[in-house]
Amino acid sequence: MKNKHQYVCINCPLSCSLELLEEKGEVAEVQGAECKIGKKYAEEEFKNPRRMVTTTVLIEGGELPLLPVRSKSSIPKALVGEAVKALADVVVKAPVKSGDIIYPNIVDTGVDIVASRDLPKASS
Amino acid sequence: MKKVRKPDVAIVGAGPAGLAAALSAKEAGLRDVMLIERDIELGGILPQCIHDGFGSIIFKETLTGPDYAQRYINRVGKTNIDVKLNTLVLDLKPNKTMTAVNSTDGIFDVEPKSVILAMGSRERTRHQILIPGFRPAGVITAGAAQRYINIEGLMPGKEFVILGSGDIGLIMARRVTLEGGHVTGVFEVAGEPGGLTRNVVQCLHDYDIPLHLSHTVTFIHGRKRVQGVNVARVDENMKPLKETEKFIECDTLMLSVGLIPENELSKKAGIELDPVTGGPIVDERMETSVDGIFACGNVVSIYDLVDYVSRSAEAAGVGAFEYVNGKKRSGRAIKVVPGNNVKFTVPQVVRSLERPVSLYFRVEEPRLKVVASVSVNGEEVARKKERKVRPPEMVKIDLKPERLSAAGEEMKEIQLEVAPSEK
Repeated sequence: MKNKHQYVCINCPLSCSLELLEEKGEVAEVQGAECKIGKKYAEEEFKNPRRMVTTTVLIEGGELPLLPVRSKSSIPKALVGEAVKALADVVVKAPVKSGDIIYPNIVDTGVDIVASRDLPKASS
Repeated sequence: MKKVRKPDVAIVGAGPAGLAAALSAKEAGLRDVMLIERDIELGGILPQCIHDGFGSIIFKETLTGPDYAQRYINRVGKTNIDVKLNTLVLDLKPNKTMTAVNSTDGIFDVEPKSVILAMGSRERTRHQILIPGFRPAGVITAGAAQRYINIEGLMPGKEFVILGSGDIGLIMARRVTLEGGHVTGVFEVAGEPGGLTRNVVQCLHDYDIPLHLSHTVTFIHGRKRVQGVNVARVDENMKPLKETEKFIECDTLMLSVGLIPENELSKKAGIELDPVTGGPIVDERMETSVDGIFACGNVVSIYDLVDYVSRSAEAAGVGAFEYVNGKKRSGRAIKVVPGNNVKFTVPQVVRSLERPVSLYFRVEEPRLKVVASVSVNGEEVARKKERKVRPPEMVKIDLKPERLSAAGEEMKEIQLEVAPSEK
Protein backbone atom coordinates (compact mmCIF):
# COMPACT_ATOMS: atom_id res chain seq x y z
CA MET A 1 0.00 0.00 0.00
CA LYS A 2 1.55 3.28 -1.15
CA ASN A 3 0.69 6.62 0.43
CA LYS A 4 0.65 9.81 -1.61
CA HIS A 5 2.21 13.07 -0.40
CA GLN A 6 1.82 16.32 -2.35
CA TYR A 7 4.51 19.01 -2.40
CA VAL A 8 5.20 22.15 -4.39
CA CYS A 9 8.86 22.51 -5.27
CA ILE A 10 10.28 25.82 -4.04
CA ASN A 11 13.69 25.67 -5.68
CA CYS A 12 12.80 27.76 -8.68
CA PRO A 13 9.81 29.74 -9.89
CA LEU A 14 8.52 26.89 -12.04
CA SER A 15 6.89 25.66 -8.80
CA CYS A 16 6.56 22.04 -9.94
CA SER A 17 3.71 20.12 -8.31
CA LEU A 18 5.30 16.98 -6.91
CA GLU A 19 3.73 13.75 -5.82
CA LEU A 20 5.73 11.46 -3.59
CA LEU A 21 4.68 7.86 -3.19
CA GLU A 22 5.69 6.37 0.13
CA GLU A 23 5.72 2.77 1.20
CA LYS A 24 6.31 1.89 4.86
CA GLY A 25 8.09 5.17 5.56
CA GLU A 26 10.38 4.82 2.54
CA VAL A 27 10.25 6.89 -0.63
CA ALA A 28 9.05 4.70 -3.49
CA GLU A 29 8.70 7.24 -6.28
CA VAL A 30 8.54 11.00 -7.03
CA GLN A 31 6.46 12.25 -9.91
CA GLY A 32 6.03 15.67 -11.49
CA ALA A 33 9.54 17.07 -11.10
CA GLU A 34 10.98 18.86 -14.13
CA CYS A 35 14.51 18.34 -12.86
CA LYS A 36 16.60 16.32 -10.39
CA ILE A 37 16.46 19.10 -7.81
CA GLY A 38 12.70 18.68 -7.57
CA LYS A 39 12.96 14.96 -6.95
CA LYS A 40 15.51 15.53 -4.22
CA TYR A 41 13.36 18.29 -2.74
CA ALA A 42 10.31 16.02 -2.40
CA GLU A 43 12.43 13.37 -0.69
CA GLU A 44 13.80 15.97 1.73
CA GLU A 45 10.38 17.48 2.42
CA PHE A 46 9.21 14.01 3.35
CA LYS A 47 12.18 13.10 5.56
CA ASN A 48 13.76 16.34 6.79
CA PRO A 49 12.61 19.64 5.26
CA ARG A 50 15.37 22.19 4.69
CA ARG A 51 15.40 25.87 3.75
CA MET A 52 17.89 28.49 2.68
CA VAL A 53 18.48 31.34 5.12
CA THR A 54 18.62 34.88 3.76
CA THR A 55 18.80 37.96 5.98
CA THR A 56 20.97 40.99 6.63
CA VAL A 57 23.69 41.86 9.14
CA LEU A 58 24.93 45.28 10.23
CA ILE A 59 28.04 46.56 8.48
CA GLU A 60 30.27 49.36 9.74
CA GLY A 61 31.88 51.84 7.38
CA GLY A 62 30.14 50.52 4.31
CA GLU A 63 28.41 52.35 1.49
CA LEU A 64 25.14 51.04 2.94
CA PRO A 65 24.21 50.22 6.56
CA LEU A 66 23.28 46.56 5.91
CA LEU A 67 24.96 43.61 4.23
CA PRO A 68 22.71 40.91 2.75
CA VAL A 69 23.83 37.38 3.66
CA ARG A 70 22.75 33.86 2.78
CA SER A 71 23.43 30.32 3.92
CA LYS A 72 25.84 28.48 1.67
CA SER A 73 23.35 25.65 1.43
CA SER A 74 20.03 24.87 3.07
CA ILE A 75 19.65 24.15 6.79
CA PRO A 76 16.89 22.24 8.63
CA LYS A 77 13.68 24.25 8.33
CA ALA A 78 13.07 24.23 12.08
CA LEU A 79 16.37 26.07 12.68
CA VAL A 80 15.81 29.01 10.32
CA GLY A 81 14.33 31.27 13.01
CA GLU A 82 17.18 30.54 15.39
CA ALA A 83 19.74 31.23 12.64
CA VAL A 84 18.21 34.61 11.80
CA LYS A 85 18.20 35.50 15.52
CA ALA A 86 21.88 34.63 15.87
CA LEU A 87 22.68 36.83 12.87
CA ALA A 88 20.79 39.78 14.32
CA ASP A 89 23.71 40.45 16.68
CA VAL A 90 26.43 40.25 14.05
CA VAL A 91 28.31 43.40 13.02
CA VAL A 92 30.95 43.23 10.27
CA LYS A 93 33.36 45.82 8.90
CA ALA A 94 33.49 47.05 5.31
CA PRO A 95 34.82 46.19 2.79
CA VAL A 96 33.26 42.79 2.17
CA LYS A 97 33.35 40.62 -0.94
CA SER A 98 30.53 38.39 -2.13
CA GLY A 99 31.11 34.89 -0.75
CA ASP A 100 33.13 36.02 2.30
CA ILE A 101 32.23 33.90 5.33
CA ILE A 102 30.29 36.06 7.76
CA TYR A 103 29.30 33.40 10.32
CA PRO A 104 30.72 29.88 10.20
CA ASN A 105 28.68 26.85 11.18
CA ILE A 106 25.41 28.64 11.91
CA VAL A 107 23.50 27.08 14.86
CA ASP A 108 25.74 23.99 14.58
CA THR A 109 24.35 22.95 11.22
CA GLY A 110 27.79 22.81 9.61
CA VAL A 111 26.59 25.43 7.11
CA ASP A 112 28.38 28.77 6.73
CA ILE A 113 26.66 32.11 6.27
CA VAL A 114 28.28 34.13 3.49
CA ALA A 115 28.00 37.65 2.07
CA SER A 116 25.55 37.98 -0.81
CA ARG A 117 27.29 40.92 -2.52
CA ASP A 118 30.38 43.12 -2.51
CA LEU A 119 30.05 46.07 -0.17
CA PRO A 120 32.86 48.59 -0.51
CA LYS A 121 33.89 51.16 2.11
CA ALA A 122 31.94 54.40 2.08
CA SER A 123 33.77 56.73 -0.29
CA SER A 124 33.62 59.90 1.83
CA MET B 1 30.02 74.52 -23.85
CA LYS B 2 30.77 70.85 -23.33
CA LYS B 3 30.88 68.53 -26.32
CA VAL B 4 27.67 66.51 -26.66
CA ARG B 5 28.29 62.78 -26.14
CA LYS B 6 27.19 60.63 -29.09
CA PRO B 7 27.50 57.01 -27.91
CA ASP B 8 26.52 54.04 -30.06
CA VAL B 9 23.85 53.22 -27.52
CA ALA B 10 22.52 54.88 -24.38
CA ILE B 11 20.73 52.61 -21.92
CA VAL B 12 18.29 54.13 -19.46
CA GLY B 13 18.31 52.22 -16.17
CA ALA B 14 20.89 49.79 -14.75
CA GLY B 15 18.75 47.16 -13.11
CA PRO B 16 18.83 43.58 -14.40
CA ALA B 17 17.55 44.70 -17.82
CA GLY B 18 19.95 47.60 -18.30
CA LEU B 19 22.98 45.62 -17.08
CA ALA B 20 22.32 42.69 -19.41
CA ALA B 21 21.50 45.02 -22.32
CA ALA B 22 24.75 46.97 -21.87
CA LEU B 23 26.82 43.77 -21.77
CA SER B 24 25.01 42.27 -24.71
CA ALA B 25 25.48 45.44 -26.83
CA LYS B 26 29.15 45.54 -25.87
CA GLU B 27 29.75 41.87 -26.60
CA ALA B 28 27.89 42.13 -29.90
CA GLY B 29 30.46 44.74 -30.93
CA LEU B 30 29.26 48.24 -30.06
CA ARG B 31 32.27 50.29 -28.96
CA ASP B 32 30.73 53.18 -27.08
CA VAL B 33 28.07 51.99 -24.63
CA MET B 34 26.61 54.44 -22.09
CA LEU B 35 24.68 53.11 -19.09
CA ILE B 36 22.64 55.68 -17.17
CA GLU B 37 21.33 54.98 -13.65
CA ARG B 38 19.59 57.35 -11.25
CA ASP B 39 20.53 55.42 -8.08
CA ILE B 40 23.90 55.55 -6.28
CA GLU B 41 24.80 52.04 -7.45
CA LEU B 42 24.10 49.49 -10.17
CA GLY B 43 21.57 46.69 -9.82
CA GLY B 44 18.19 48.42 -9.71
CA ILE B 45 15.79 46.70 -7.36
CA LEU B 46 17.90 43.50 -7.03
CA PRO B 47 20.06 44.66 -4.09
CA GLN B 48 16.96 44.83 -1.87
CA CYS B 49 15.65 41.41 -3.01
CA ILE B 50 17.85 39.55 -0.53
CA HIS B 51 15.87 36.28 -0.79
CA ASP B 52 17.03 33.46 -3.04
CA GLY B 53 15.44 32.02 -6.15
CA PHE B 54 17.05 34.13 -8.87
CA GLY B 55 19.02 32.77 -11.79
CA SER B 56 17.74 29.20 -11.97
CA ILE B 57 17.46 29.42 -15.76
CA ILE B 58 20.54 31.44 -16.70
CA PHE B 59 23.00 30.24 -14.06
CA LYS B 60 21.38 26.86 -13.26
CA GLU B 61 21.65 27.64 -9.57
CA THR B 62 19.61 29.62 -7.14
CA LEU B 63 21.03 33.02 -6.23
CA THR B 64 19.89 35.92 -4.09
CA GLY B 65 19.00 39.21 -5.80
CA PRO B 66 22.26 40.90 -4.74
CA ASP B 67 24.24 37.84 -5.95
CA TYR B 68 22.48 37.93 -9.31
CA ALA B 69 23.21 41.64 -9.74
CA GLN B 70 26.80 41.17 -8.59
CA ARG B 71 27.54 38.74 -11.41
CA TYR B 72 26.49 41.32 -14.00
CA ILE B 73 28.13 44.23 -12.15
CA ASN B 74 31.44 42.33 -12.08
CA ARG B 75 31.20 41.75 -15.83
CA VAL B 76 30.40 45.43 -16.49
CA GLY B 77 33.44 46.36 -14.38
CA LYS B 78 35.70 44.44 -16.77
CA THR B 79 34.52 46.48 -19.78
CA ASN B 80 34.86 50.13 -20.75
CA ILE B 81 31.08 50.67 -20.56
CA ASP B 82 30.55 54.32 -19.57
CA VAL B 83 28.52 54.06 -16.34
CA LYS B 84 26.77 57.23 -15.22
CA LEU B 85 25.40 56.88 -11.68
CA ASN B 86 23.21 59.41 -9.85
CA THR B 87 21.99 60.53 -13.25
CA LEU B 88 18.37 60.99 -14.19
CA VAL B 89 17.12 61.08 -17.78
CA LEU B 90 14.55 63.88 -18.01
CA ASP B 91 13.54 63.76 -21.65
CA LEU B 92 13.74 61.59 -24.73
CA LYS B 93 12.79 62.78 -28.20
CA PRO B 94 11.69 60.60 -31.14
CA ASN B 95 15.03 61.45 -32.83
CA LYS B 96 16.68 59.77 -29.78
CA THR B 97 18.16 62.94 -28.31
CA MET B 98 17.97 62.74 -24.55
CA THR B 99 18.36 65.24 -21.75
CA ALA B 100 19.78 64.10 -18.44
CA VAL B 101 20.85 65.68 -15.17
CA ASN B 102 23.29 64.97 -12.36
CA SER B 103 25.12 67.01 -9.74
CA THR B 104 28.50 67.13 -11.49
CA ASP B 105 27.57 67.73 -15.14
CA GLY B 106 24.36 69.68 -14.53
CA ILE B 107 21.78 69.35 -17.27
CA PHE B 108 23.21 67.87 -20.44
CA ASP B 109 22.15 66.39 -23.76
CA VAL B 110 23.16 63.01 -25.17
CA GLU B 111 22.74 62.17 -28.85
CA PRO B 112 23.01 58.38 -28.98
CA LYS B 113 22.82 56.40 -32.22
CA SER B 114 20.42 54.01 -30.49
CA VAL B 115 18.57 53.84 -27.18
CA ILE B 116 17.58 50.95 -24.93
CA LEU B 117 14.83 51.68 -22.42
CA ALA B 118 15.24 49.67 -19.19
CA MET B 119 13.44 51.78 -16.61
CA GLY B 120 11.60 48.89 -14.99
CA SER B 121 8.35 49.43 -13.15
CA ARG B 122 6.67 51.14 -10.22
CA GLU B 123 4.37 49.76 -7.58
CA ARG B 124 0.66 50.36 -7.56
CA THR B 125 -0.28 52.38 -4.50
CA ARG B 126 -3.36 52.83 -2.40
CA HIS B 127 -4.52 55.57 -4.76
CA GLN B 128 -4.63 53.28 -7.78
CA ILE B 129 -6.92 50.82 -6.03
CA LEU B 130 -9.01 53.44 -4.20
CA ILE B 131 -9.24 52.11 -0.63
CA PRO B 132 -11.63 54.29 1.38
CA GLY B 133 -10.73 55.62 4.79
CA PHE B 134 -8.34 58.03 6.45
CA ARG B 135 -4.83 58.85 5.28
CA PRO B 136 -2.63 57.91 8.24
CA ALA B 137 1.03 56.89 8.33
CA GLY B 138 1.51 53.13 8.07
CA VAL B 139 0.16 52.44 4.60
CA ILE B 140 3.14 51.22 2.62
CA THR B 141 3.85 49.32 -0.58
CA ALA B 142 5.66 46.00 -0.23
CA GLY B 143 8.66 47.17 -2.27
CA ALA B 144 9.04 50.26 -0.12
CA ALA B 145 8.86 48.11 3.04
CA GLN B 146 11.48 45.84 1.47
CA ARG B 147 13.78 48.80 0.95
CA TYR B 148 13.29 50.02 4.53
CA ILE B 149 14.00 46.61 6.04
CA ASN B 150 16.72 45.25 3.75
CA ILE B 151 18.65 48.38 2.75
CA GLU B 152 18.02 51.03 5.40
CA GLY B 153 17.61 48.73 8.39
CA LEU B 154 14.31 50.28 9.52
CA MET B 155 11.21 48.38 10.57
CA PRO B 156 8.10 50.07 9.18
CA GLY B 157 5.62 48.55 11.67
CA LYS B 158 4.83 45.79 14.16
CA GLU B 159 1.36 44.42 13.36
CA PHE B 160 0.86 43.96 9.63
CA VAL B 161 -2.07 43.27 7.37
CA ILE B 162 -1.03 42.59 3.78
CA LEU B 163 -3.36 43.33 0.89
CA GLY B 164 -2.54 41.50 -2.32
CA SER B 165 -0.64 38.27 -2.75
CA GLY B 166 1.88 39.36 -5.37
CA ASP B 167 5.35 37.89 -5.00
CA ILE B 168 6.83 40.88 -3.19
CA GLY B 169 3.99 40.80 -0.66
CA LEU B 170 4.52 37.09 0.01
CA ILE B 171 8.28 37.52 0.33
CA MET B 172 7.75 40.45 2.70
CA ALA B 173 5.27 38.50 4.85
CA ARG B 174 8.11 36.10 5.63
CA ARG B 175 10.71 38.83 5.95
CA VAL B 176 8.63 40.85 8.41
CA THR B 177 8.00 37.71 10.47
CA LEU B 178 11.71 36.85 10.61
CA GLU B 179 12.47 40.43 11.69
CA GLY B 180 10.11 40.16 14.65
CA GLY B 181 6.94 41.65 13.19
CA HIS B 182 3.60 39.89 13.05
CA VAL B 183 1.44 39.36 9.97
CA THR B 184 -2.23 38.79 10.79
CA GLY B 185 -3.03 37.69 7.29
CA VAL B 186 -2.67 38.20 3.57
CA PHE B 187 -5.89 39.26 1.81
CA GLU B 188 -6.31 38.68 -1.92
CA VAL B 189 -9.28 39.98 -3.88
CA ALA B 190 -8.94 37.31 -6.58
CA GLY B 191 -9.83 33.66 -6.06
CA GLU B 192 -6.21 32.64 -6.78
CA PRO B 193 -2.92 33.78 -5.25
CA GLY B 194 -1.23 36.56 -7.24
CA GLY B 195 2.29 35.28 -6.74
CA LEU B 196 4.23 32.14 -7.59
CA THR B 197 3.08 28.95 -5.88
CA ARG B 198 6.54 28.39 -4.44
CA ASN B 199 6.26 31.67 -2.57
CA VAL B 200 2.86 30.78 -1.11
CA VAL B 201 4.48 27.59 0.22
CA GLN B 202 7.77 28.88 1.58
CA CYS B 203 6.62 32.33 2.74
CA LEU B 204 3.11 31.73 4.07
CA HIS B 205 2.68 27.99 4.81
CA ASP B 206 6.12 27.73 6.45
CA TYR B 207 5.21 30.53 8.86
CA ASP B 208 1.52 29.72 9.38
CA ILE B 209 0.42 33.02 7.86
CA PRO B 210 -3.18 32.72 6.66
CA LEU B 211 -4.06 33.60 3.06
CA HIS B 212 -7.64 34.85 2.61
CA LEU B 213 -8.65 34.55 -1.04
CA SER B 214 -11.62 36.55 -2.39
CA HIS B 215 -11.15 39.15 0.35
CA THR B 216 -10.23 42.80 0.28
CA VAL B 217 -9.61 45.78 2.55
CA THR B 218 -12.65 48.05 2.63
CA PHE B 219 -11.58 50.80 5.03
CA ILE B 220 -8.43 52.18 6.68
CA HIS B 221 -8.84 53.39 10.28
CA GLY B 222 -6.63 55.85 12.16
CA ARG B 223 -6.02 59.59 11.95
CA LYS B 224 -2.26 59.75 12.54
CA ARG B 225 -1.17 56.15 12.41
CA VAL B 226 -3.07 53.14 11.04
CA GLN B 227 -5.14 51.64 13.85
CA GLY B 228 -6.74 48.89 11.88
CA VAL B 229 -8.51 47.97 8.67
CA ASN B 230 -11.87 46.57 7.70
CA VAL B 231 -11.76 43.48 5.53
CA ALA B 232 -14.60 41.77 3.73
CA ARG B 233 -15.26 38.84 1.45
CA VAL B 234 -16.00 39.79 -2.16
CA ASP B 235 -18.57 38.31 -4.53
CA GLU B 236 -17.81 36.93 -8.00
CA ASN B 237 -17.71 40.49 -9.38
CA MET B 238 -15.13 41.39 -6.72
CA LYS B 239 -17.65 43.60 -4.91
CA PRO B 240 -17.27 43.53 -1.11
CA LEU B 241 -20.10 41.82 0.77
CA LYS B 242 -21.05 44.29 3.50
CA GLU B 243 -22.37 41.64 5.88
CA THR B 244 -18.96 39.88 5.94
CA GLU B 245 -17.04 43.04 6.89
CA LYS B 246 -14.94 42.86 10.05
CA PHE B 247 -12.32 44.99 11.83
CA ILE B 248 -8.71 43.86 12.22
CA GLU B 249 -6.35 45.75 14.47
CA CYS B 250 -2.95 46.57 12.95
CA ASP B 251 -0.48 49.45 12.72
CA THR B 252 0.61 48.84 9.14
CA LEU B 253 -1.18 47.99 5.92
CA MET B 254 1.24 46.63 3.34
CA LEU B 255 0.15 46.68 -0.29
CA SER B 256 1.28 44.19 -2.89
CA VAL B 257 -1.19 45.01 -5.59
CA GLY B 258 0.82 44.94 -8.77
CA LEU B 259 3.46 46.74 -10.77
CA ILE B 260 3.11 49.25 -13.57
CA PRO B 261 5.76 49.56 -16.30
CA GLU B 262 7.37 52.99 -15.98
CA ASN B 263 6.92 54.57 -19.39
CA GLU B 264 7.02 58.35 -18.93
CA LEU B 265 10.05 58.59 -21.22
CA SER B 266 8.55 56.20 -23.76
CA LYS B 267 5.51 58.46 -24.02
CA LYS B 268 7.69 61.53 -24.51
CA ALA B 269 9.46 59.74 -27.36
CA GLY B 270 6.11 58.98 -29.00
CA ILE B 271 6.46 55.21 -28.61
CA GLU B 272 3.31 53.16 -29.15
CA LEU B 273 2.25 51.35 -25.97
CA ASP B 274 0.29 48.12 -25.60
CA PRO B 275 -2.81 48.81 -23.47
CA VAL B 276 -2.70 45.30 -21.99
CA THR B 277 0.97 45.19 -20.87
CA GLY B 278 1.27 48.95 -20.28
CA GLY B 279 4.65 48.87 -22.05
CA PRO B 280 5.95 49.51 -25.57
CA ILE B 281 4.90 47.23 -28.42
CA VAL B 282 8.11 45.47 -29.43
CA ASP B 283 9.29 43.09 -32.13
CA GLU B 284 11.55 40.08 -31.71
CA ARG B 285 14.68 42.22 -31.37
CA MET B 286 12.85 44.32 -28.75
CA GLU B 287 12.65 47.37 -31.04
CA THR B 288 9.73 49.70 -30.27
CA SER B 289 7.53 51.53 -32.77
CA VAL B 290 10.26 54.22 -33.01
CA ASP B 291 13.27 53.14 -35.14
CA GLY B 292 16.41 52.67 -33.07
CA ILE B 293 14.70 52.80 -29.68
CA PHE B 294 14.62 49.42 -27.98
CA ALA B 295 13.05 48.34 -24.69
CA CYS B 296 13.53 45.37 -22.36
CA GLY B 297 12.59 44.00 -18.98
CA ASN B 298 9.73 45.24 -16.84
CA VAL B 299 9.34 48.47 -18.79
CA VAL B 300 7.92 46.25 -21.56
CA SER B 301 5.83 43.91 -19.44
CA ILE B 302 6.01 42.66 -15.87
CA TYR B 303 8.13 39.51 -15.94
CA ASP B 304 7.99 37.13 -12.99
CA LEU B 305 11.50 35.78 -13.57
CA VAL B 306 14.58 37.98 -13.65
CA ASP B 307 16.18 35.43 -15.95
CA TYR B 308 13.60 36.28 -18.62
CA VAL B 309 14.28 39.99 -18.07
CA SER B 310 17.95 39.38 -18.76
CA ARG B 311 17.11 37.36 -21.86
CA SER B 312 14.89 40.13 -23.24
CA ALA B 313 17.72 42.59 -22.56
CA GLU B 314 20.22 40.43 -24.45
CA ALA B 315 17.94 40.55 -27.49
CA ALA B 316 17.69 44.35 -27.18
CA GLY B 317 21.49 44.68 -26.95
CA VAL B 318 22.00 42.66 -30.12
CA GLY B 319 19.17 44.63 -31.76
CA ALA B 320 20.90 47.92 -30.97
CA PHE B 321 24.16 46.58 -32.43
CA GLU B 322 22.40 45.57 -35.64
CA TYR B 323 20.61 48.89 -35.90
CA VAL B 324 23.77 50.94 -35.45
CA ASN B 325 25.51 48.78 -38.04
CA GLY B 326 22.90 49.47 -40.66
CA LYS B 327 20.72 46.40 -40.33
CA LYS B 328 17.36 48.13 -40.42
CA ARG B 329 14.32 46.05 -39.72
CA SER B 330 11.94 44.93 -42.43
CA GLY B 331 8.87 47.07 -42.93
CA ARG B 332 6.59 44.09 -42.59
CA ALA B 333 5.31 43.50 -39.07
CA ILE B 334 3.49 40.24 -38.50
CA LYS B 335 1.18 40.55 -35.53
CA VAL B 336 1.11 37.87 -32.85
CA VAL B 337 -2.57 37.48 -32.04
CA PRO B 338 -3.46 36.27 -28.52
CA GLY B 339 -6.12 33.58 -28.95
CA ASN B 340 -7.96 31.32 -26.51
CA ASN B 341 -6.76 31.81 -22.89
CA VAL B 342 -3.84 34.08 -23.84
CA LYS B 343 -3.81 37.53 -22.24
CA PHE B 344 -0.88 39.02 -24.14
CA THR B 345 2.41 38.12 -25.76
CA VAL B 346 5.84 39.73 -25.83
CA PRO B 347 6.97 40.42 -28.48
CA GLN B 348 3.68 41.59 -29.95
CA VAL B 349 5.00 41.59 -33.52
CA VAL B 350 7.55 39.53 -35.45
CA ARG B 351 9.47 41.00 -38.38
CA SER B 352 12.40 38.72 -39.12
CA LEU B 353 11.77 35.09 -39.98
CA GLU B 354 15.50 34.36 -39.92
CA ARG B 355 16.13 33.98 -36.22
CA PRO B 356 14.67 32.02 -33.32
CA VAL B 357 11.94 33.91 -31.49
CA SER B 358 10.91 33.30 -27.88
CA LEU B 359 7.31 34.26 -27.25
CA TYR B 360 6.52 35.07 -23.62
CA PHE B 361 2.88 35.11 -22.60
CA ARG B 362 0.43 34.97 -19.75
CA VAL B 363 -2.80 33.00 -19.63
CA GLU B 364 -6.10 34.51 -18.57
CA GLU B 365 -7.37 31.52 -16.57
CA PRO B 366 -5.55 28.84 -14.58
CA ARG B 367 -5.71 25.42 -16.25
CA LEU B 368 -4.19 21.95 -15.81
CA LYS B 369 -2.67 19.88 -18.63
CA VAL B 370 -2.73 22.19 -21.60
CA VAL B 371 -0.96 22.65 -24.91
CA ALA B 372 0.24 26.04 -26.10
CA SER B 373 0.08 26.09 -29.85
CA VAL B 374 1.42 28.64 -32.33
CA SER B 375 -0.02 28.56 -35.80
CA VAL B 376 0.29 30.44 -39.06
CA ASN B 377 -2.45 30.21 -41.69
CA GLY B 378 -4.03 27.38 -39.73
CA GLU B 379 -0.84 25.35 -39.67
CA GLU B 380 0.92 24.62 -36.38
CA VAL B 381 4.53 25.86 -36.23
CA ALA B 382 5.27 25.37 -32.54
CA ARG B 383 3.76 23.46 -29.67
CA LYS B 384 4.50 23.15 -25.97
CA LYS B 385 2.84 21.03 -23.30
CA GLU B 386 2.38 22.50 -19.85
CA ARG B 387 1.27 20.56 -16.76
CA LYS B 388 -0.14 23.68 -15.17
CA VAL B 389 -0.66 27.26 -16.29
CA ARG B 390 -1.55 30.17 -14.00
CA PRO B 391 -1.89 33.89 -14.77
CA PRO B 392 0.98 34.87 -12.42
CA GLU B 393 3.39 32.43 -14.06
CA MET B 394 4.66 33.50 -17.45
CA VAL B 395 5.01 30.87 -20.14
CA LYS B 396 7.69 30.83 -22.83
CA ILE B 397 7.43 29.12 -26.19
CA ASP B 398 10.20 29.03 -28.78
CA LEU B 399 9.62 29.45 -32.51
CA LYS B 400 12.14 27.93 -34.88
CA PRO B 401 13.04 30.09 -37.89
CA GLU B 402 12.80 27.17 -40.34
CA ARG B 403 9.23 26.42 -39.25
CA LEU B 404 8.29 30.10 -39.57
CA SER B 405 9.82 30.70 -42.99
CA ALA B 406 8.34 27.41 -44.24
CA ALA B 407 4.95 28.92 -43.46
CA GLY B 408 5.73 31.22 -46.33
CA GLU B 409 5.49 34.76 -47.48
CA GLU B 410 1.72 34.79 -47.28
CA MET B 411 1.91 35.08 -43.50
CA LYS B 412 -0.41 37.75 -42.19
CA GLU B 413 -0.51 36.92 -38.53
CA ILE B 414 0.79 34.44 -35.98
CA GLN B 415 -1.80 32.92 -33.68
CA LEU B 416 -1.18 31.62 -30.19
CA GLU B 417 -3.70 29.72 -28.18
CA VAL B 418 -3.79 27.54 -25.06
CA ALA B 419 -6.13 24.58 -25.14
CA PRO B 420 -6.64 21.38 -23.12
CA SER B 421 -4.24 18.67 -24.24
CA GLU B 422 -5.98 15.71 -25.84
CA LYS B 423 -5.75 12.43 -24.06
